[in-house]
Amino acid sequence: MNLNVDETIGHIKEAISVSEKNRGVLIYTLQRVQQEMNYLPDHAMKMISEKLGIPLSDVYSTASFYKQFYFTPRGKKIVKVCTGTACHVRGASKVMEKLESEFDIKEGKTTPDLSMTLETVGCIGCCGLAPVATVNEYIVGEIDSAKIEEIIEAIKAE
Amino acid sequence: MPAKKPTKTSGIKDLVIRVCVGTGGLAAGSQEVIDEFGRQLKSYGIKADILKKCVNKTGCRGFCAKDVLVDVILNGKSETYQLITPENVARIVEEHILKGEPVKEWLVGPEYHAFHDKQTKILLKECGHIDPEDINAYINIGGYEAVRKIFPLETFEVIEEVRASGLRGRGGAGFLTGLKWDLCSKAEGKPKYIICNADEGDPGAFMDRSVIEGNPHSVIEGMIIGGYAIGANYGYVYIRAEYPLAIHRLKIAIADARKKGFIGKNILKSGFDFDIKIKEGAGAFICGEETALIASIEGKRGMPKAKPPFPAYKGLWGKPTVINNVETLANLPSIITKGAKWFASIGTEKSKGTKVFALTGKIKNTGLIEVPMGISLKEIIYDIGGGCERNRKFKAVQTGGPSGGCIPASHIDMPVDYESLMGAGSMMGSGGMVVMDDTTCMVDMAKFFLTFTQNESCGKCTPCRIGTKRMLEILTRITEGKGKEGDIELLLELGNDIKLSSLCGLGMSAPNPVLSTIKFFRDEYEAHIKEGVCPATVCKALRRYTVSAELCKMCGKCFKACPSAAVTWEKKQPAVIDKTKCIKCGACYEACPFSAIL
Repeated sequence: MNLNVDETIGHIKEAISVSEKNRGVLIYTLQRVQQEMNYLPDHAMKMISEKLGIPLSDVYSTASFYKQFYFTPRGKKIVKVCTGTACHVRGASKVMEKLESEFDIKEGKTTPDLSMTLETVGCIGCCGLAPVATVNEYIVGEIDSAKIEEIIEAIKAE
Repeated sequence: MPAKKPTKTSGIKDLVIRVCVGTGGLAAGSQEVIDEFGRQLKSYGIKADILKKCVNKTGCRGFCAKDVLVDVILNGKSETYQLITPENVARIVEEHILKGEPVKEWLVGPEYHAFHDKQTKILLKECGHIDPEDINAYINIGGYEAVRKIFPLETFEVIEEVRASGLRGRGGAGFLTGLKWDLCSKAEGKPKYIICNADEGDPGAFMDRSVIEGNPHSVIEGMIIGGYAIGANYGYVYIRAEYPLAIHRLKIAIADARKKGFIGKNILKSGFDFDIKIKEGAGAFICGEETALIASIEGKRGMPKAKPPFPAYKGLWGKPTVINNVETLANLPSIITKGAKWFASIGTEKSKGTKVFALTGKIKNTGLIEVPMGISLKEIIYDIGGGCERNRKFKAVQTGGPSGGCIPASHIDMPVDYESLMGAGSMMGSGGMVVMDDTTCMVDMAKFFLTFTQNESCGKCTPCRIGTKRMLEILTRITEGKGKEGDIELLLELGNDIKLSSLCGLGMSAPNPVLSTIKFFRDEYEAHIKEGVCPATVCKALRRYTVSAELCKMCGKCFKACPSAAVTWEKKQPAVIDKTKCIKCGACYEACPFSAIL
């Protein structure tokens, strides 16, 4: 991976020190590596640590703090059930229960064949359409019993 | 599609079609509607190059319950359609655009007007009316005028203007923006930074997302004004990664502003340099807290620090930093162009201007609203919101998200401003407003919010890390019917201790949802503990469903809704629930339009 620290950090480079710059691009680097590799494997973490001159323990410490980062492979379809307040009062837990039983996995887990990962999201900001779930980039709103079948099909579709 | 015989298109001199493409609109299928308009107009021989101008993508206008909303502006006359699908488009084009006769039954009804009438729009005024991806659209409505206006002024004059307007931080706590700027401008140290906090993490809140999606330049202009006032040459927008569309539009807006010379070196020959960088969050609610947000930009674990020192003195990379919320910043261009007096004339004595709320939950008209400070809850819920769904009984409204509290129906005449909400044990927060009716269990609601804050507690200080966990255990126990005598008192004691001893705002406010529901709905807690009953029949372990033969109108909706064939019903007979087959899912209860299932 090519990483130009100065370019990534932007105009601010004039104002801060080298170690601050390296530290400042850490989260961005983790995000980009994960985007490419779908999760953060050990060897990538070591590479980041060496490139930025930040101790490996420190890189792990930062990465593990944020919910966005994963240390195990993720499914091809990422299904997120919104459990924000509006979705909660409009039955998000039922959507979750249904998906858990349909795919026989628990929230936060990935199916053994890596076809899908089931998780919750705090709020995706379309509370007017609650309850809402997303399958990768695809948003499904006002989920009822018919729409949940639609979601299940979308997950199963290749 | 073969081109249809050219109809009389000469009468169409000026045609604009506006389709709502906020996240809500897109989820409701607005892209398909836009595509269909494209196809239809083309088939009538209205050339494709006109289409780009015609179909004007707009941001959120707030009335998400009726998405997809479409405006057809023909020769200066505007009509708005609601709940539009691609199938409706052909008829709109044929009857309205070609013949000049709007399709009456699809036009917005009185509730659309009621929804808008009581609102005062400053921030959302242009959202839904201008193309957020076109800087010229913003400039045409007077955008970036405020930037031109401030450069001849001394920085203290700009700060004084903002202070005189009475603008307070819209992120929750309500600190005076002018004062915050003043402190930072006088703080020693260079460079200084201004950060736009767009880490809108409250579940049930989407104001900031909508403002950025609908009018990103207003936020950028606000940042330039703030940067100039405090003497900062660098700005950051810290935004949730969960908002891809907002990030996309913000990137376009920043690039365009740079091209036009509103950002960069020597802006408009004023000698002032300013640049903005977007920093995507990585999924941590706590990063909405100032010091945690700063740690996150620096590439560290997003954990808060004790204050003081305040970021205004020692913030990003140890330098003076101002952090303002999206809504706060978006207010600035109007304050500068229209003047502090104008802004201060809106609202109450201590709370000036307007506030955007995300009105959601069990209410008819869900969506984004902007109201003057001091409006009553009643006006928001009944006049704008149209009351509870299916005319259920309004029970409470939750404001301030996981940091706020529930305000009961008895306080419905209360004005909405910083002090009143705080006095009722809630807070303004960032602006989520979740309406609850008699089918919402307050204990379950408190548990929901505490589960959230417990999950998001960063773990740095003990009261928040362990205290919220203990509170959650007690609440869980109560909702499972295993509550004990003395649990309520224990919750109160723990809650107050956590508020007093936590390090940051998350811990200090985490017990609010529990404390406020105990304050106003103690009887519900007692019913769970002493009688083993959940009055709203939400808590699964405590549910026992029966049909009231008196109230039952024999419609059969419960019979159809039941997934486990536990309801027996025949026409003209009241329904009966077989307790041995019932899985306590509540589908019948929710399906009943007559509240006959108890």
